[in-house]
Amino acid sequence: MAQSLPRLVPGRSLGGPAALPLILVAFVLAVSVLSLTGGAAGLGPGDLFQAWTGDGLTERDRVVLFDIRLPRLAMGLAVGASLAVAGVLLQGLFRNPLADPGIVGINAGAGLGAVLAIVLGGALPAGLLAATGSWQVPLAAFLGGWGATLLLYRIATHGGRTDVTLMLLAGIALAALTGAATGVLVYLADDQQLRDLTFWSMGSLAGATWTKLAAALPLLLLSLLLAPSLARGLNALALGEGQALHLGVEVQRLKRLAIFASAAATGAAVAVSGGIGFVGLVVPHLLRQALGPDHRRLIPASALLGGGLLVLADLFSRTIVAPAELPIGIVTALLGAPVFLWILLTQRRGSMV
Amino acid sequence: MLKANGITLDLAGMSVLSDVALSAYGGEVLAICGPNGAGKSSLLRVLAGEGIGRGTVLLNGEDVGQSGPEVLARRRAVLAQDTQVAFAFTVAEIVAMGQEAGDHSATHGVVESALAAVGLTHLANRPVLSLSGGERQRAQLARALAQVWAPTGPDGPRWLFLDEPVASLDLGHQLEIMQLARGFADAGGGVVAVMHDLNLSAMFADRMVLLVGGKLIAEGPPEAVMQAEILERAYGCRVTLNCAPKRGPWLLPQSCTPRTAGLTG
Repeated sequence: MAQSLPRLVPGRSLGGPAALPLILVAFVLAVSVLSLTGGAAGLGPGDLFQAWTGDGLTERDRVVLFDIRLPRLAMGLAVGASLAVAGVLLQGLFRNPLADPGIVGINAGAGLGAVLAIVLGGALPAGLLAATGSWQVPLAAFLGGWGATLLLYRIATHGGRTDVTLMLLAGIALAALTGAATGVLVYLADDQQLRDLTFWSMGSLAGATWTKLAAALPLLLLSLLLAPSLARGLNALALGEGQALHLGVEVQRLKRLAIFASAAATGAAVAVSGGIGFVGLVVPHLLRQALGPDHRRLIPASALLGGGLLVLADLFSRTIVAPAELPIGIVTALLGAPVFLWILLTQRRGSMV
Repeated sequence: MLKANGITLDLAGMSVLSDVALSAYGGEVLAICGPNGAGKSSLLRVLAGEGIGRGTVLLNGEDVGQSGPEVLARRRAVLAQDTQVAFAFTVAEIVAMGQEAGDHSATHGVVESALAAVGLTHLANRPVLSLSGGERQRAQLARALAQVWAPTGPDGPRWLFLDEPVASLDLGHQLEIMQLARGFADAGGGVVAVMHDLNLSAMFADRMVLLVGGKLIAEGPPEAVMQAEILERAYGCRVTLNCAPKRGPWLLPQSCTPRTAGLTG
């Protein structure tokens, strides 16, 4: 009779849903300590403790810790969490695990918004310029990402069903189009703007400052706080739009909020760190294997793992060829592209993960 | 009770439903029958409150167009013809979604009982995607059952809207599912089911309506609707009707008169 007992889904018993949040929190703490202590300046865990207690740290170490590494760590956590959550939301919306902001052209749309703000922002009426201040670039990136998401949804989804091929191809077209527009703007840019652009377009956490983080934080927090409230609706949406409605979900409102929240998260992340791809693909995918597809667990877990994983990737990117830095986008692509191919192949075989 | 009036629906310039009126009651199974493309599924979607078409649908006295989806979800559950689940949700997780949407979201054991009712207890932790067509259909039915777990509520009966609930099932499971629907109605709930199988409909329904080309052409108890001339008009084929003692009418198809002139030799 043992054979007739309910068979657990492969992988889901690994660590169990109960233990995983603790493991994720421990992982985030561990990579945070590593990120603060690893690097050219040679700060050890002991120095962290001294910083905590507030004595015995040289002025140089204090600057390295509080003005360079800590904002970089905070930004890594925030950007990673946002990208991962944006991925979960988009995948829930499109009902497909391949919808990643980088792959379907939303990063590119947000990038166009950011470049527009950098190059042409000075031409804005003075009042508007003053009103938007340091939020100008994140706000423009959010609008760009929002527009791209709306457009993509219009193109790829009909009657609640997403055509995956159309979604991926439309993503390529969107990225090409926005890339071309971005190219024109780069051509128009002056020297100072060009320096800003290069720095930004590498996709890196190297430029992290508290000011930048503060500029992006409202959008990041908004999306991260909004996302959990969409979880039940996204679960129901997995059964289709009609069924979600039958289960009491206001489908149109859910879709609008999911598009808004994912664009806000992507826009803010892209504005401060450039286009970092694949985080939104890999993180939810790994977690679905371990936790199952329930968005109520998936969203908070993705925020944790996304933040931790990006900090880890950043640590690699700045230590592996030290004292030089590898752009973090290369590290995430190395990790992410094979996962993308793998999902693509399993989907072709008819079993959607 | 359920009362629909003047239901009219046009899709892409084509008339799908024209001025349909019908009523259904708690304690009763109503079967909506008719040929392919008659508008049966569309009618069910209108009755379920999907907000398509014109006309009014009152469910327990309240206009479904005015009730929010959350309120509606506590009154009625819908089994669609074909549900494609994205991601690897397990059978138990799907059924729990139904329970959470209904009145009994905090009652213990609803998911387990609903799964037992459709005979899927042994597949509770399997992803729905890995099941056969019939098993998926039963999983979705368990989800609908869990949503309206008590057949009656404070404001009247709870409703099950079923779109071809037994279309992909074998004979044994067909009877099992129809008996579940019958039991739900006998306990005071209302069942409205789109059915292809006229014999099954006659066997389990209290009343049948016959929809042809978006219009109701017959309505009443199975004996009244299952008439040779009515069925010939609806389906274009001659049938022999019999009556089993205490079991109602059943039919045996005989020959089909071709409905499309161009196809005849």
